[in-house]
Amino acid sequence: MSGPALWGTIVAMGVVTWALRASFVMLGDAGLPPLLRRALTYVPQAVLAALVAPALFAPSGAAFGPVDVRLLAGALALVVAWRTKHVLPTLAAGMGVLWVLTWLAQRGA
Amino acid sequence: MAFSRDAYLQGLRDVAPMMLGVAPFGTIAGASAASVGLSPLEALGMSVVVFAGASQLAALALIAQGAGVAVIVATTFMVNLRMAMYSASLAPWLRSLGRSTRAALAYLMTDQAYAFSVLRYRRLPDAPRRDYYLGVATPLWVLWQATTVLGAVLGAQVPPAWQLEFAIPLTFLAMLAPAVRDRPGLLAAIVGGGVALALDGLPHNLGLVLGAVLGIAAGTAADAARPPEPAA
Repeated sequence: MSGPALWGTIVAMGVVTWALRASFVMLGDAGLPPLLRRALTYVPQAVLAALVAPALFAPSGAAFGPVDVRLLAGALALVVAWRTKHVLPTLAAGMGVLWVLTWLAQRGA
Repeated sequence: MAFSRDAYLQGLRDVAPMMLGVAPFGTIAGASAASVGLSPLEALGMSVVVFAGASQLAALALIAQGAGVAVIVATTFMVNLRMAMYSASLAPWLRSLGRSTRAALAYLMTDQAYAFSVLRYRRLPDAPRRDYYLGVATPLWVLWQATTVLGAVLGAQVPPAWQLEFAIPLTFLAMLAPAVRDRPGLLAAIVGGGVALALDGLPHNLGLVLGAVLGIAAGTAADAARPPEPAA
């Protein structure tokens, strides 16, 4: 994606995001139905997991022995994310393992 | 309405520690944009127009997969849906402000601007609201744009062998961990991730959309089935 298609996508994303932010602030706060309010609570968990799982657990092509390099790096990052709940240590662990294993796998090949 | 310097500076002081966490995130957004082929100007354009990190990273991951506009916009909607919740919560406090002011404050809405502002409004209902909000929100906006450009310029120098695009799911993982606080939340994550993985490779990223919808449904159902908490 590039040029006009990319800029069109960016503008569409911006409009949708602003509409969500402005919704009740601009139109008033009659209040959400309780079921919808409850469902909104679980949006971040479901969406983030749906974004993460295929990126970490689907085969990437680079393998270390029988195991996918990204799967190993992702599994360790999962543990670090769970323990620290912070971005930087999670990134350091995941990228560090990915780089080391990729280098080892290439040397072995 | 007169500008309240005190309220603005209080917002600035409150948000200052958060800047440390936002700076690397903006750099990641810029570097990720570069890793999927966006120019620094395009990366900055996305940060200015959208100004919502998680949805920007999600869009970049989808662009890398060759997804279409509809999927990217639908994902943006779901990733940013929590903003509607913030909007509902802030609405009664901002009602007295003019339309264009509210429109501008809405554009600057972030997790931090919402959380700091709503807590302060509850504590000090009579203190100036607009300028405290701006004190929290505008430094984050400036930092987000500056670090996006930094990341986009630096990221473009990095060879593909470094696989920087892997930083996107890792960042989501670090955001997911604190979001899972209870059993229904864990169930939402497991169903969402499981379905998305099982259906990976379907056209139009249907796996992502179905995973998100079924995960939300599972979490909501588990929440509804939970016995009511005893009144304390």
